[in-house]
Amino acid sequence: MDLFEYQGKQYFARFGIPVSPGGEADTVDEAVAQAEAIGYPVVVKAQVRVGGRGKAGGIKLADNADEVRTHAGNILGMDIKGHVVRRLWIESSSDIAKEYYASFTLDRPNKVYLGMLSAEGGVEIEEVAATNPGAIAKLSIDPTVGLDLATATKWVADANLDEEAREQTAELLVKLFTCYVDGDCDLAEINPLILTTDGIVRALDAKVTLDSNAEYRHPEWEVWSATDTEDPREAMAKEKGLNYIGLSGSVGIIANGAGLAMSTLDVVNQVGGSAANFLDIGGGANADVMTAALEVINADPAVKSIFVNIFGGITRVDEVAKGVIEALKRVDLKSPIVLRLDGTNAEEGRALLAEHLNDRLVAEPTMLDAARTAVAMAAANEGGSK
Amino acid sequence: MSIFVDENTKVIVQGLTGGQGRFHGVRNRDYGTKVVGGVSPKKAGEDVEGIPVFASVKDAVAETGATASFVVVPPAGATAAILEAAEAGIEFIVCITEGIPAHDEAKCFNTLKEQFPGTRLLGPNCPGIISPGKCNIGITSGDIALAGGPVGIVSRSGTLTYQALHELTQAGVGQTTCVGIGGDPVPGTNFIDCLQAFEADPDTKAVMMIGEIGGSEEERAAEYIKTHMTKPVVSYVAGVTAPPGKKMGHAGAIISGSQGTAQAKMEALEEAGVSVAVNPTEAGEKMVAIVRGL
Repeated sequence: MDLFEYQGKQYFARFGIPVSPGGEADTVDEAVAQAEAIGYPVVVKAQVRVGGRGKAGGIKLADNADEVRTHAGNILGMDIKGHVVRRLWIESSSDIAKEYYASFTLDRPNKVYLGMLSAEGGVEIEEVAATNPGAIAKLSIDPTVGLDLATATKWVADANLDEEAREQTAELLVKLFTCYVDGDCDLAEINPLILTTDGIVRALDAKVTLDSNAEYRHPEWEVWSATDTEDPREAMAKEKGLNYIGLSGSVGIIANGAGLAMSTLDVVNQVGGSAANFLDIGGGANADVMTAALEVINADPAVKSIFVNIFGGITRVDEVAKGVIEALKRVDLKSPIVLRLDGTNAEEGRALLAEHLNDRLVAEPTMLDAARTAVAMAAANEGGSK
Repeated sequence: MSIFVDENTKVIVQGLTGGQGRFHGVRNRDYGTKVVGGVSPKKAGEDVEGIPVFASVKDAVAETGATASFVVVPPAGATAAILEAAEAGIEFIVCITEGIPAHDEAKCFNTLKEQFPGTRLLGPNCPGIISPGKCNIGITSGDIALAGGPVGIVSRSGTLTYQALHELTQAGVGQTTCVGIGGDPVPGTNFIDCLQAFEADPDTKAVMMIGEIGGSEEERAAEYIKTHMTKPVVSYVAGVTAPPGKKMGHAGAIISGSQGTAQAKMEALEEAGVSVAVNPTEAGEKMVAIVRGL
């Protein structure tokens, strides 16, 4: 789960990481009320999960209520790289002396934690890594050991942070590390981490990705799950407990297993089509799961054909076939279905389906054949609807 | 021969008395695997279809001489179960549990590395390992595998592993061992560990490697293949059309920025002399052709 800036800052605050005082606003009036409560000058910030907000005009300084009104009005509803702004974060303005960068993430090849600290913040860290890699002080952290203040103190010196910022930053880094580990983050990033003209170090932005596998031990994340997705298809799938990702093509995909589902998208693409979604129904391909999956795909107006790709391992194909037959009774589908069922008990499964097959329910022996048929059907369907 | 497990491997099942543990544990035993015991603190002294249940891994090892463990324990207790097995001297641990928090996995992996260097962990979030005709630990259906070699399989994905086994078996091409390393960001065993073992195994003549987006294990494997492997390798990488920044079903299957794309992995493998297929069927066909030409 990727958090918005304001959510990330709320999470940081729980771990004692200094952030500017602020509040959220969904309307112009709310923005003004927040600004009045905080005191001017304030910064009006668009809440979108994409970089480059400032350049797009999504971050503006306001000295009074009229300016807040103007900026909030302009920013709400603004489209920033395909993300529509629905919420603002109003915070107390900071006088910035220096901009730094700090983050913790997993170093996958070495299976340890990686801390990155740079005196050159405020720009994309990938850019710094490409143009001036020496400006990033990397710290490898053993997950069984952690990060203590002494190590953090040496680290801020290695990164050449300004003398007056070092002590506060070292303390902040230990807190950010605690947030990263105890807070179950995949990524905890501050860019920029600022030193103000009056010598205070704090997080001016927050980029936090939470590990959804740890959701069971973080009831406090519940409040953020409502804003987790902006795609109504994904919201519907989540409600039904499905592992779904919305894409922009016309072939709806249902597969069992993450690898097979990914592979199905690839094969559809190889034969000239494009997938409308990723959907892994896992091992339990019974009638209820199949019904839920078909309902979500059926609700997507872009879907023109549906490709069900099942390889029976533990799940026997005859059980899957029964599930499909039952689901088709429950859902009134707009698009034709192509089935590819293989693996354990495939013959029994195909025999069960034989009498149900027609021009809206087609079975193909291989993944490639099924992909070709699904793509051809989508194209025909698209042509017909124009 | 086979890698990691064979007909002599004695296995205990941690979580044998749970629904999944019972189903897969008994299924593995019925396949011919030496499943010698189960562990469940509250049900010691009972048995599951003839498999004795012990209070702890230590007790089970003392009684049965088991050297391998199959961990079928929910996410919250899985890493503690893995460490209990390592402490009891288990050398090979298979954990199929999906949904373990990444930080638990990172701590567990490094604890094993530092304190129990003799223990190998396979998984978590993997289908397990099968040496056809000898030993099956995990959730793979034994009847889609064919004994006798000469192909070794290593894969990050469960269903694509089944698909690969199926394609080879249909063509009459057997397997020495099929290893599912799992789709999480901190796998206990990686591609290189398996490639190394297959290279050293005289009965394995060719290797099929199935990767997916996320991380850089495929690139590292390519480097290893280029410098250390004499046996032919066929590969397939899933996720060419995956959008960046999304976890594609597996916790580890995510393109971060420009890192971890299928294209980069395929290029690295091709450059290392690997025969790279564009879909799983083609991977099967390429491998069958290689085996027929041996």
